[in-house]
Amino acid sequence: MKKLVLSSLIILIGLTFIGRLSYLQLFRFSPDQIFDDPAIKVVYDYPERGYIYDRDGELLVANQPAYDVMVIPREVEPLDTLEFCSLLGIDRERFVSQLKKARVYSPRLPSVMVPQLSKEDYAGLQEKMRKYKGFYIEKRSLRDYKTNAAANVLGYISEVNEWDLKNNPYYEQGELTGRTGIEKQYEEVLRGRKGVKMIQKDRFNREIGPYKDGALDTMPQPGTEIRITLDKTLQEYGERLMNGKRGGIVAIEPETGEILALISGPTYDPALLVGRERSRNYSTLHYDTISKPTWDRAILAQPSPGSPFKTLNALVALQEGVITPETSFRCYHGFYVGNKLRGCHCGGGLRTMNSGIYKSCNAYFAGTFRKFYDSYETTDAAMDVWEKHMKSFGLGDFLGYDLPTGAKGRVPDKEYYDRVYGDGRWSSTYIISNAIGQGEVAATPIQLANMTAAIANRGWFYTPHLIKQIGGDDISDPKFTQKHYTTIDPQHFDPVIRGMADVYEKGTAKWLSIPGVKIAGKTGTVENYTKIDGVRTQLTDHSLFVAFAPVDNPKIALAVYIEHGYYGARYAGHIASLLIEKYLKGEITRTDLEKRMLEKTLEKEYAKPYSGEEFEINEYVW
Amino acid sequence: MSGSSVLRRVDWLTVFLFLTLIAIGWVNIYSSTFNEEHSSIFDVTQRYGKQLVFILLSFGLIPLIMALEANFYERFSSVFYVGALALLLGLFLFGKNIAGATSWYDLGFFNFQPSELAKATTALALAKYLSDIQTDIKRRKDQLYALLIILIPALLIIPQPDPGSALVFFSLVFVLFREGLPLWYLGLAVAAILVFICTLMFGTVWVGIGLALMIILFFMVKKPTYKMPVLPLVAIYAGAIILSLSVNFVFENVFEQRHRDRFSLWLRLEKDPEKLEQIRKTIGYNTYQSEKAIESGGFFGKGFLEGTRTKGDFVPEQDTDYIFTTVGEEWGFVGTATVVILFTILLLRLVHLSERQKNPFSRMYGYGVISILLIHYFINIGMVIGVLPTIGIPLPFFSYGGSGLIGFTILLFIFLRLDANRLKEWS
Ligand SMILES: [Zn+2]
Repeated sequence: MKKLVLSSLIILIGLTFIGRLSYLQLFRFSPDQIFDDPAIKVVYDYPERGYIYDRDGELLVANQPAYDVMVIPREVEPLDTLEFCSLLGIDRERFVSQLKKARVYSPRLPSVMVPQLSKEDYAGLQEKMRKYKGFYIEKRSLRDYKTNAAANVLGYISEVNEWDLKNNPYYEQGELTGRTGIEKQYEEVLRGRKGVKMIQKDRFNREIGPYKDGALDTMPQPGTEIRITLDKTLQEYGERLMNGKRGGIVAIEPETGEILALISGPTYDPALLVGRERSRNYSTLHYDTISKPTWDRAILAQPSPGSPFKTLNALVALQEGVITPETSFRCYHGFYVGNKLRGCHCGGGLRTMNSGIYKSCNAYFAGTFRKFYDSYETTDAAMDVWEKHMKSFGLGDFLGYDLPTGAKGRVPDKEYYDRVYGDGRWSSTYIISNAIGQGEVAATPIQLANMTAAIANRGWFYTPHLIKQIGGDDISDPKFTQKHYTTIDPQHFDPVIRGMADVYEKGTAKWLSIPGVKIAGKTGTVENYTKIDGVRTQLTDHSLFVAFAPVDNPKIALAVYIEHGYYGARYAGHIASLLIEKYLKGEITRTDLEKRMLEKTLEKEYAKPYSGEEFEINEYVW
Repeated sequence: MSGSSVLRRVDWLTVFLFLTLIAIGWVNIYSSTFNEEHSSIFDVTQRYGKQLVFILLSFGLIPLIMALEANFYERFSSVFYVGALALLLGLFLFGKNIAGATSWYDLGFFNFQPSELAKATTALALAKYLSDIQTDIKRRKDQLYALLIILIPALLIIPQPDPGSALVFFSLVFVLFREGLPLWYLGLAVAAILVFICTLMFGTVWVGIGLALMIILFFMVKKPTYKMPVLPLVAIYAGAIILSLSVNFVFENVFEQRHRDRFSLWLRLEKDPEKLEQIRKTIGYNTYQSEKAIESGGFFGKGFLEGTRTKGDFVPEQDTDYIFTTVGEEWGFVGTATVVILFTILLLRLVHLSERQKNPFSRMYGYGVISILLIHYFINIGMVIGVLPTIGIPLPFFSYGGSGLIGFTILLFIFLRLDANRLKEWS
């Protein structure tokens, strides 16, 4: 009996120990403990970040060295704070608070004490650093911009934040990561992989030697250079034209889907977001909530597409056999919805597809739209067909281009109207505005440019993209090298394109044609409302223009969107015309037109709603 | 008895376990004290080299122990006991102070720690006294004498100071229980410890409520015919409350902060993360580092000589009291579980051997051996893996140290010698 008691006690102790050991070694154990191991010091070797070139191999982004003062809090020994602060060029409070922050993050891991010293500061500090135990200088590489344009496309890099550290085990405090744009999208390509060296230490923090004789150490893998599809000249020129204007421009090479220019106005010099001034400059830009320079209008603004959208409605009606190009509708200087007349500025009369497009007749497209709807038994069925066609042009959803942000735009479907009007309690008259691109449809400039490219290609497009080469190799990502076909058969495009060409020949953009270049385009004027003190107020229209050229062998398709630019042919049309000429011919022959665009700003227009006074809209200024 | 019959009758399983534990122990001492410049295992300037010498020395003692007649140990147990006491007393005059404790004699080539030897002699003396025909463990007077045999060496060791070693002697009371000391003594002691721990963890009020609930429960499940010992129950209850109150008083007023911290750490009483961090860095540093080192070993461990924390010397006293952390870091759960299982088998085997002794002296000595090995193993590993407070005693056969190893070898092999003789009549 007593024998059993003692034996049980021995077994019980054994089980308790094994239980506790399982908890420690099986449950609490985690395999990446090596980085938390105080006995191992991990030293990194950072590779240089990859350069970024434009489509012709012109350098856009290179690197410049910068120096961070780092601290490992537990290694800090008493020091002459005053002297050290003056060396670092910071005040005592900042020193104390930074050190405290570092200690809270980790007493054992390095934290940034003073980020991004200039070369001059570094030179003065270098020899004196030895004196201050626990502090050292880490060389980093910052971006060096060879252009003052494309800030919205290139994006910027900045120090990793707590979120990054928590969510991506690759990063350590003080490292840099692509924050927006190409820098973010291609972070891993550009960054390369840092080399890791592990050093065995003892508890007095002395280095004993390489851990496992360096078996786990890795060499740094250099960042890879990339070539993007932007045309530096076109991008810079476009940004100059956007002087004092808000809006977005996207130009695409139709046969490849390569984005030639992606412009947002207002913009800023990318060099502002480099170095010690970065965070202050960023705040200034970010908190400008009125002109929003960091908000990329080319991919985020979602205006109604306006008249350019009429071309798609024409294509849908042709594809479904509802009309032929010769089918005509009468314009009564407008069209009736119920017994209410909605206006049209085309001049009135009998309109076929050709004159409907180049004169941008609202009545013609309202008629087409109605006819299309009436050919189906239910509006639901019609809506499904319409939605399918529209979405095949890349509208109503993320396009899938290689930038980290974007907007979906909107192609309203039957569910949308069921939600707005109630189940089935709507008909074609409710949604007739979509016929002229003024209803519930919405599209970003890049979606409009892509739609234009699809028309230029007579029915297909490549997903627009910015990446051209990675490390000297042409891209092979099927996302960007696979054709997307629209649901419209190729033969239906010709009459529509003829109408768009006539916009330049005899229509709304007659005086914007370029000698020797055949352009197809479509103007758009989008009504613009805002709330001022809670009252819905109309502002000057947004100006829209889509175009491609040359008509028979399209090299460029673009969409220009200018906020408060009044009617389409004005600001947007002018800029589109200049960009096409610049890209196709390399020089501008119509210097008066160019001068006007470079100089005219819309600042006065933008200030109106904030003036607190009565104001006119859609003024004719020139 | 001839030498060959001892060889035939010795319990080879125990010998095998003994050798295995010593071998594993030495490998881990080698790793803990490894030094690139002295990698020869016979380098006696290094601790692993010295330990190898101690191991060989112990092995040399074994034939000697086995060669003596079994009844020699019984006959001379009083002499050994008194001799060991004399050595302990001598420390007050000739002892060598190492790290604040005067526990050693400087013998030139090594430091000898008599308390390690006293463990075996006390076990022998206790067995001798209890097995005497005139001793009756049910008698108060005899209980007191038995207790004195245990207490005297302990009292000589406490002022060295070496409370850990002194504690080991108290484990010999297990022998008394085996031989008939009423079990409720033990029950009372366990209950007192429980009250002590519960008071610290939950406070006197909850101890009072909990105890009352238990008594009520006891009343509810008792057989109707059972006559309730009301008065003793009240007395026990009152005693527990008084004990609980005095625990509070002692903890707050008699204990020093470092003692309090030790308990706070053990019972996880401190909830304030900042203070906890503070305790971890000071009094809890060893425990924290040893837990971390063991934890970092995972299932398979980092491999022989690959323990980063071992190499970096992060766990203090890693070759002595904290040797088990090296097992944990380099051999992982596989290693630690193996060691625990080996100790468990060894102890169970010794229980079995003790019980099969016909001679009461052999049996009682056997229990003495078990008690001493068990308390070392229990407290040492319990401390290293953080389930017991920090009490510095070595892990038998593992920890670096000549006196310890030789002491444990003598302790174990005297018993094996007695066991080999179990079928012979004693003369
Ligand atoms: Zn009209």
